Amino acid sequence: MAGPGNIPPSASDTGYRSLIGPLLLPTWAVIGIFMVLPVLLMAVYSFLTKEFRGGVIWDFTLAAYDQFFVTRGLFGDEPAQIEWTYINIFWRSIWQAGLATILCLLIGFPTAWFIATRPAQTRGLWLFLITIPYWVNLLIRTVSLKFLIRDNGPLNESLMAIGLIDGPLPLVNTNLAVQLGLFYSYLPFMVLPIYAAVERYNFALSEAAADLYASRWATLREIVLPVVKPGIIAGCILVFVPSLGAFLAPDLLGGAKTFMIGSLIDEQFKGSQGDWPFGAAVAMILMTLVLIVLLLYARAQTRGATR
Amino acid sequence: MKGVRYYPGFLPLTILCLVVLYAPLAVVAVYSFNGSASITEWGGFSLRWYTDVFTGPEAVRFGQAAWNSLTIALIAATTATVIATAAALAMLRAGPFRGRQASFALINLPLMVPEIVIAVATLIFFSTIGLTTGYLTILLAHITFCIPFAYLPIAARLEGVEGTYEQAARDLYATRAQAFRLILLPLLMPGVISGWLLAFIISLDDFIITNFVKGAGMETLPTAIFGSVKQGIKPNIMAISTLMLLVSVLFVTAAYLINRKGRQAPATPGKTT
Amino acid sequence: MKKLLLTTAFLASPAFAEGELKVYHWFEYIPEDLVQKFEAETGIDVTIDTYDSNEAMLAALKAGKLGQYDVAVPADFMVGIMAADGMLDSYTPEEMPNHANIAPQWMDVPFDPARTHSIPYQWGSTSFAVNRDVYAGDISSLAIMFDPPAELQGKINVLDSQNEVLILGSLYLGIPQCTQDRAQLKALNDMLLNAKQHWASFGSDIAKDVLVSGDAAAGMIYNGFSAKARAEGANVEYSYPKEGHVLWMDNVVLLKDAPNRDNALKFMNFLLEPENAAAVTNYAAYTSGVTGVEPFLDDAIKNSPENNPPAGITPGVFAQACDQETQQLYDAIWTNLKK
Repeated sequence: MAGPGNIPPSASDTGYRSLIGPLLLPTWAVIGIFMVLPVLLMAVYSFLTKEFRGGVIWDFTLAAYDQFFVTRGLFGDEPAQIEWTYINIFWRSIWQAGLATILCLLIGFPTAWFIATRPAQTRGLWLFLITIPYWVNLLIRTVSLKFLIRDNGPLNESLMAIGLIDGPLPLVNTNLAVQLGLFYSYLPFMVLPIYAAVERYNFALSEAAADLYASRWATLREIVLPVVKPGIIAGCILVFVPSLGAFLAPDLLGGAKTFMIGSLIDEQFKGSQGDWPFGAAVAMILMTLVLIVLLLYARAQTRGATR
Repeated sequence: MKGVRYYPGFLPLTILCLVVLYAPLAVVAVYSFNGSASITEWGGFSLRWYTDVFTGPEAVRFGQAAWNSLTIALIAATTATVIATAAALAMLRAGPFRGRQASFALINLPLMVPEIVIAVATLIFFSTIGLTTGYLTILLAHITFCIPFAYLPIAARLEGVEGTYEQAARDLYATRAQAFRLILLPLLMPGVISGWLLAFIISLDDFIITNFVKGAGMETLPTAIFGSVKQGIKPNIMAISTLMLLVSVLFVTAAYLINRKGRQAPATPGKTT
Repeated sequence: MKKLLLTTAFLASPAFAEGELKVYHWFEYIPEDLVQKFEAETGIDVTIDTYDSNEAMLAALKAGKLGQYDVAVPADFMVGIMAADGMLDSYTPEEMPNHANIAPQWMDVPFDPARTHSIPYQWGSTSFAVNRDVYAGDISSLAIMFDPPAELQGKINVLDSQNEVLILGSLYLGIPQCTQDRAQLKALNDMLLNAKQHWASFGSDIAKDVLVSGDAAAGMIYNGFSAKARAEGANVEYSYPKEGHVLWMDNVVLLKDAPNRDNALKFMNFLLEPENAAAVTNYAAYTSGVTGVEPFLDDAIKNSPENNPPAGITPGVFAQACDQETQQLYDAIWTNLKK
């Protein structure tokens, strides 16, 4: 019940309303200059004519988008049809990033919870424990992971030694390995934001729920999750979005047999296709999709904030 | 009956999490002491690769690269965290305003653009405006892409902190600056630390963008070692990685000790128990 | 802004009295002590940046790195592309005393007639290698890659490189490069799609590693890489298939707008010294394009089966640079293969 006396203190009460400009100026300046301008340049590139083997010719065209959405057969003379190749690549990448996000959430949430419920002095230590591995370069970590899970690697050999399996589990070059790699690449990006939210959680709420005979899991679902939701959403964004464009894990652990969004774009700039406008167009389509999702989230958030 | 903080299975999952995180590093650490040059065979315990890191032909290059990496990551993460904290205050403490959605999209933009696109576009941009590529261009690029990684944990934390604490302080005639420094910032700290850590590791790890915007001969650790990792990790790279882990552990220990000393002061608010 | 520019310029280019040299090179392709020898002999300070593919180098140069480097090391067809794009500077043989050391068969090459932009660095071949512990049968045909025997199915790594895979595929089918013949391209497309089911992975940098570790039992590979895999203990044999193989040559080119042109020429001249060219060969396990290197070569390299194909093999072919219209067809086949 939000009666007249019950309105949460409006933001201006803490005095930041008049500071919006100065507080946001550094963000707008830095990202505006060093990200928006380059991205606008790429947006323009996506409408230019490709220069053979890299580069652009300043002739406006929709060819790159046409290539993405429309096919006319291998030789370009069949009737136009919807091109499914790239849509499928997108779908596969979204599916894969989504799975990785769920995996990170399923394991990252309990980890974050566990850390947030340690004594205050040791929480920082646990956080560092999660991030220390990331002082070693991702490529090295991924290659080592591959070493561990290969057919004659330590994991399979020890499983065989204790008789749990008869032959090696084929892990390398499977989707499972890719998931493991993505999980390994992005786990802290899930744990830390959730930790920041859970650490703030008032456990008196859980106690109250327990007093009312709510089960542990019902409390988690009904009381805890709504409160720590911002952390979970932040974590999911930080895992899902970079996973969409990732190609180290898919290539090294998955065998690079099919394009992902990341490797498709990479191929246009660094591969023999050298089609910058098409690479730019794929990036623009990806950005548009992510932006729509993020703005829907922001809108929901705004509505929540002004309710 | 166990307390409300306890959930069955959460401890095993945390342990599983740590095992997965550290197992590949154990491989790296163990093989950095391998007397043989090959990862497939064990040639007895040896410190030769550590000697190689410090006295080998590439010692200077690796040392310089590690220094560049660490300083860039420190500066970029700190700058990005300050920028992101300011942005979070405006986004979540100033009520609705025009351009809020646009600002939100802007903050997250670096997250949405695939790295290779940022890399090529930024290099073209820098060379268009005549900025010579070098340390500064790497730093600028890093600060930019670190912002969303710092912002999201901070904002997530800030959302959970009610305005009532600050309001109470303001009612007691604290200035806005005092209310921020004494009340809000300590409450915000777990988010700030999380954000800084994410920004730091993201900067430390970056290869694709750095490789494009760095000037000739300006190396960070990832660009210096990438080649010798892609064809299968060389043992000297494993030694460097193990040393980096050691540096990080020293760093953490130091931070912990300093922090403990600081804790002689009364506990910060927000430790709702 | 001006102050900013000055600071960057200062940070980016400390001055060296003896002069400097900026090299844009493949990774793991020049021995460190050779670089130090050059520095000691000339007093020039050498900086080496690396790339992992011809195309990655081209993209970086096109995006703004041209003018930062003095020399780069593109492969044959890429020399032609860069020359056509005006990205190369030229020199006269008089500027390079060792120019005459270039082996006669590498002097007048189609991608740089009479050698005025480039000098030979190393050359070699691309085909495939098979782990003989896994498969002991006949490996004289590209069918090992494209229609593999049961023992090798699902255990093959192919290079993640459009050029090499499509050319080897064309050789296997006996169709020319850069063809526009529909039936031939369709056949190539179908053959590759069918072969893919037997492949475990695509990867170029890992081509040696997967053979040594046992992740793959056979794989497309460069001859020097195969020699290294053998040296690291893998029982692999490199094949010169009866259908032919791919030949390539990497070349040191003088880049346009080189900031230290004179030093670049000194460096190129240095690399044409037989002893130095041999040092690269001993390191990379390919073959030099310089006369008189033999006395300086390690025996293992000189006599390696990878570098000494048996007499009577089908000669290799260089990659041709197709025209844009044709290249699009090959691009489509590659995308189709990896979709």
